[in-house]
Amino acid sequence: MISLSPVTILMGFALLGGGVALALARLGWGPTAADRVVAADTLAVITTAGLAWIALALDSSLYLDVALIYGLLSFVGVVAIARVLEKGNPVEKGDPP
Amino acid sequence: MSWKKGIRWKKGIRHEESSVRTLIGETLLVLGAGFCFLGALGLVRMPDVYNRIQAGAKASTLGALGLLAGVGCLHPQWWNKLVLIALFILLTNPIGSSTLARAAYISGLVPWRNRTVERPREEEGTSAHPPFSTKEKSS
Repeated sequence: MISLSPVTILMGFALLGGGVALALARLGWGPTAADRVVAADTLAVITTAGLAWIALALDSSLYLDVALIYGLLSFVGVVAIARVLEKGNPVEKGDPP
Repeated sequence: MSWKKGIRWKKGIRHEESSVRTLIGETLLVLGAGFCFLGALGLVRMPDVYNRIQAGAKASTLGALGLLAGVGCLHPQWWNKLVLIALFILLTNPIGSSTLARAAYISGLVPWRNRTVERPREEEGTSAHPPFSTKEKSS
């Protein structure tokens, strides 16, 4: 049993939560579809790291399996949506800002 | 501050060594979480899809690897799953971002140009249009 210092726990939760909040802001606010997919990709990586952090905080290695499967599914989803964007061209052609 | 509790004997190992390891692990945890936050901040602040892909993919990969290394310093008995997750992120995240950038470029998103900088020698035909025209694919 490893006891983390409360400063580390507070800073880790604050930084990961802030990262998730910013990625969710870009996910909702992105002007094109590619912006949203990029935000979902970054959100998946941050969530994988956050699941490893939860495994450390709760002292249970089950969450590492959850993190691995989550990363696998998010990668497959991102590649599939990228293929759809490339072939079908459903993206709205927004003007560059 | 758990690493200042002094010397304890546990399974024949001094507790001081494990306290140094705990300090390194917590530093790696905070650094990894900070790089994850900076990646998400670059995702919000950058002006274009391509810049956002760079900021999000690279900084988030470094942050996730640092955080996994910190968890591995604090719990060395989990090393196999942690190495598996780290290798998976390190292999698949550049592939995903490259596929996304290629899809965005082919689907006709024009890269961002800094309009505040004056370009005196700008001619017609040098603007950044994608080389793959989308009209050919529809036929």
